Amino acid sequence: MDELRELYQEIILDHNKNPKNFGELPDANHSSEGYNPLCGDRIKVFLKVKDGLVEDIKFTGSGCAISRASASVMTTLVKGKTVQEAEELFKRFHDLVTQSPQAEVNLEELDKLAVFAGVREFPSRIKCASLAWHTLIAALKEKQEPISTE
Amino acid sequence: MGIQNTLEGSNTEIPEIGALDVDKIKQDFPILQRKVYGKPLVFLDNAASTQKPLQVIETIQQYYTAENANIHRGVYYLSELATQKYEHSREIVRRFLNARSLKEIVFTYGTTDGINLVAHAFGRKFIKEGDEIIISEMEHHSNIVPWQILCEETGARLRVIPMNDNGELDLDQFRNLINSRTKLVAVVYVSNSLGTVNPIKEIIQSAHEHDIPVLVDGAQAVSHYRIDVQELGCDFFVFSGHKIFGPTGVGVLYAREEILETMNPFRGGGDMIKSVTFERTIYNDLPYRFEAGTPNIAGVIGLGTALEYVENIGYEWIGAHETEVLQYGMNVLSEIKQIRFIGTAQKKAGVISFVVDGVHPHDIGTFLDREGVAIRTGHHCTQPVMDHFNVPATSRASIAMYNKKEDFDALVRGLHKIIKVFS
Ligand SMILES: Cc1ncc(COP(=O)(O)O)c(C=O)c1O
Repeated sequence: MDELRELYQEIILDHNKNPKNFGELPDANHSSEGYNPLCGDRIKVFLKVKDGLVEDIKFTGSGCAISRASASVMTTLVKGKTVQEAEELFKRFHDLVTQSPQAEVNLEELDKLAVFAGVREFPSRIKCASLAWHTLIAALKEKQEPISTE
Repeated sequence: MGIQNTLEGSNTEIPEIGALDVDKIKQDFPILQRKVYGKPLVFLDNAASTQKPLQVIETIQQYYTAENANIHRGVYYLSELATQKYEHSREIVRRFLNARSLKEIVFTYGTTDGINLVAHAFGRKFIKEGDEIIISEMEHHSNIVPWQILCEETGARLRVIPMNDNGELDLDQFRNLINSRTKLVAVVYVSNSLGTVNPIKEIIQSAHEHDIPVLVDGAQAVSHYRIDVQELGCDFFVFSGHKIFGPTGVGVLYAREEILETMNPFRGGGDMIKSVTFERTIYNDLPYRFEAGTPNIAGVIGLGTALEYVENIGYEWIGAHETEVLQYGMNVLSEIKQIRFIGTAQKKAGVISFVVDGVHPHDIGTFLDREGVAIRTGHHCTQPVMDHFNVPATSRASIAMYNKKEDFDALVRGLHKIIKVFS
């Protein structure tokens, strides 16, 4: 059960139940839809980007606790950051969840992302955790077609 | 006194439930003895694939250890032995389905392969622009996509029998869909995501009143129900070996000889021909015409053993036992107030699909996995069914003859834990 507790930490359960920045963003100028065909999770990310700054970000959709919490945490991290900083956060997140479960994690550097370290023990759930981030990157590039994690 | 077997009109006495011991059956399945994450394995994903008894495993081992050679070609001992075993499996399948002739039994690579074979060899010959194919709302993607591809190529049209909110097909609507352009009806016998047992005989009869052939997707039916293709009257029946305790990569297409005879060839290659010159090729007789290339010989032989294994246990016992376990499962699950069942048909086989308020199926799957309980979560290759019930996915527990009531106790225990964590 320990690995399960690592995965479903209180913070993740809280974000799942009460996600931050959940809803549509009427004045968004970037958006994208992500889809995970394995579990049917869908997420839409809306962005308001001005002068290279993510002024506002929201998301909608349905998904498992991991994907909802990940989307929620992501929005809190990205809001107010520059596009470049957002991309760096994505990279940090991506490196975290795709590295070996044994790898040391730098908790300080990862900050709020650290709660997703437990995902590494669950290969089938990595896509759930990454869906929001991939959708964010697609939205920043303003791809119009729904992206898929497959 | 056992229950009288009235199905066949015979007086054979069949064992009372419990007379045949589930634990003894379980012992035939080595994998069911193993643990996962230190917990005894509770395998409730039989609709995806069933486990294999030792008898099947040993048949395959014996084949590769002592009998392996290509079939239908060598004149030497091993090739003849392999051919004989392969063809013996065909006879087992013929008897199993009660087909009239061995010519009607085509070995495929599975249900999907069988449906694609029919879509090509029958579809491309007989289905033209403006024609219609009827399927149902609860089909597996493998009984949707091959027809969509065919429709795209030919300009034919797909029509869909709707279902109600219990997951039962609307037969009146079905009859309304039939018209002079209908060229084929392709429906699932037992739904893999809802468990619904469709009134397949009635569907076949209605179609036949208009001389429309019917394909039955029997993938989920064969491990639960005795199949008699003559009694059903279907024109095509397809199933996969791996869903009836046999190997993966092997399946069966039954097709009525008169139809098979008129169909286009499917794959071209060795074994499906009598003679080949660059000017002209003469195709082989039935059923070999539809078995191009070296088949999954070990798989076919293993499938024969699997079917014999099931016949030895008997569908009377399987039916009675599974009904009891399924009933029990529905009862204990329905005591969890956060549960909503997806698929509540009057007539249901060993599949229980459900959603839990406030917990996504994917989280349920991960939690249960660590409890040793294997269930399936997702859309089960039936996205239109998910759309009908307006859910992205469900959790699905599906049983086979080796499952016991206590497997559902383990499932319920796991669910209570998850619900507590998520509340
Ligand atoms: C009803 C039904 N049809 C078709 C299939 C496809 O079977 P296979 O993947 O063995 O070809 C399945 C398997 O999930 C099924 O349940």
